[in-house]
Amino acid sequence: MIVKQWVINGGELSENSFGSLPSFGGEVILMDPIKDKIQSTSRETRQDIIGKVLSYSCISLIVIVVLSIFAFVATKGLATFVVNKASLGDFLFGTNWNPSATDKAGNPLLGALPMITGSFGVTIIAVIFAAPFAIGTALYMTEVASKRGEKLLQSVIELLVGIPSVVYGFIGLSVVVPFVRTHFGGSGYGILSGAFVLFVMVLPTVTSMTVDSLRAVPRYYKEASLALGATKWQTIYKVLLRSATSGILTAIIFGMARAFGEALAVQMVIGNASIMPKSLLAPASTLTSVLTMGIGNTVMGTVGNNALWSLALMLLLMSLVFNIIVRFIGRKGRM
Amino acid sequence: MKTKLQNNVAITVIRVIAALVVLILAFLLGDILISGIPHISWHFLTAASQSFTSGGGIGVQLFNSIYLLILTLIISFPISLGAGIFLSEYAPKNIFTATVRMAIEVLSSLPSVVVGLFGFLLFVVQMDMGFSILSGAIALTFFNLPLLTRNIEESLRAVPDLQREAGLSLGLSKWKTVTKIILPEALPGIVTGVVLGAGRVFGEAAALIYTAGQSATNINFGNWNPFNSTSPLNLMRPAETLAVHIWKINSEGVMPDAAAVSAGSSAVLIIAVLIFNFSARVIGNQLYRKLTATK
Repeated sequence: MIVKQWVINGGELSENSFGSLPSFGGEVILMDPIKDKIQSTSRETRQDIIGKVLSYSCISLIVIVVLSIFAFVATKGLATFVVNKASLGDFLFGTNWNPSATDKAGNPLLGALPMITGSFGVTIIAVIFAAPFAIGTALYMTEVASKRGEKLLQSVIELLVGIPSVVYGFIGLSVVVPFVRTHFGGSGYGILSGAFVLFVMVLPTVTSMTVDSLRAVPRYYKEASLALGATKWQTIYKVLLRSATSGILTAIIFGMARAFGEALAVQMVIGNASIMPKSLLAPASTLTSVLTMGIGNTVMGTVGNNALWSLALMLLLMSLVFNIIVRFIGRKGRM
Repeated sequence: MKTKLQNNVAITVIRVIAALVVLILAFLLGDILISGIPHISWHFLTAASQSFTSGGGIGVQLFNSIYLLILTLIISFPISLGAGIFLSEYAPKNIFTATVRMAIEVLSSLPSVVVGLFGFLLFVVQMDMGFSILSGAIALTFFNLPLLTRNIEESLRAVPDLQREAGLSLGLSKWKTVTKIILPEALPGIVTGVVLGAGRVFGEAAALIYTAGQSATNINFGNWNPFNSTSPLNLMRPAETLAVHIWKINSEGVMPDAAAVSAGSSAVLIIAVLIFNFSARVIGNQLYRKLTATK
């Protein structure tokens, strides 16, 4: 049986040589090279597989990192309650933080309420200050400013984001603390100073996100309002701010998340006293400040150390809560 | 007339607020630079730091910061490049992609101190690497990954689909289309993002206190063998960075000129951040001009 086979070879038709084909019982069995080529994986397919494997493994790595952060911190943080048998209620609402000492019943004194109060205190005060400033600046950038003014503010915001947190802390120490001491009294270290420092730190975050949400308001909303004879402020107040509300709330929550998790700048100005703060001017502490000070001074596996990991777990859960709130607001805003 | 007045008052208030924000930044920069620049000298930038006496410099810390930054970028850039390509080119619309996006969002909003503590637990304690540059670089990678990934994804997405279609219709594989056509076009955006991220990494301290450590061991700048313990390139030596140094001398330092040293160090940090911000823009524009036909 003679079969001639033609293959395309470099654009020219040529007769295929059958030298390497397998033969069974003297008969030549022909395999169609074109069929072969179609059925096997091409170079392009192989490249694509490599690409997919690479990008999938990178993305999986990130997911694994996030999962292991939660797993590690949770195991360590829960040890306080599982291994050391501290009660969750005492931890959340107790006001006596002294892990090396025990109460009459022999339980370690792990009341984290002072730190929780401190963290929420600085966060909320900072955001209360920052929100009006951020919204005002964002309105200036989107509605009032000329192109040049807008560019200037844009660079200002970028630079404020770029200043490292230790530098904020240092300025807090050298400027804010003496300022608070002379104008408000006390030692200068305390929740108020922490809130002042955080105010400047969250300002750019909240501002730039507010700008984004104001820009997302459809142009014809504004045009319709102005065409009805509304003044600029009426348009801003009755139309723009209202349709951007969910975006602005998201911005504020992000600001809170940043303030809540900020460690060093706050730790430098808050005074680091793990007692229940009596006023905004008294030295206090936050979850992050106790963590940064304490982890190096306690021995792994002891009650004191485990309690610190519980604080870290709490920080982790709070950042998760902020995330969930943002998602919730986003979903409501879309409806 | 009342609404007119209201309008004018409100717009004025908005202007005043914006002016205040500009003033805050001007004050911050002015304060840092004016109090810090007089302390900057060649000696300050190169000398070793002192713990108990005055006159110390920040040479080792400065080197550590730069070295750590380069290492972090070497580790985090390929990973976030792959992840960014996945999110913009391959990601199917399913629950896996949704989970991935959520994971990245959560990672980017985690407090950096928690990321640092995780690094401490996993690398310093469990893997027994001790306080080392490598642990620090990996912790900073975790901190840098979500931002860089998002930046790369956005830059890739900004490339019009026409380019993808053109590549595919020429018979290129999707991977080649992405790496040879889409990626070069997205490069200016990616580079800008990388440099801005570098500025953030350079000033980060909370993630480093318990990973790269708080001590600047003596290093010998004449010895560049990475396996020698006094070599500047050694990966396993503890390395206090500039940002950690500022924190440390302010919170537990006993050196007599702590204020001066931290003012000088802060000024150096700020100048570095300014350079990063500025060069991000310049390099991005340059690349854009070079890679496209824009004049």
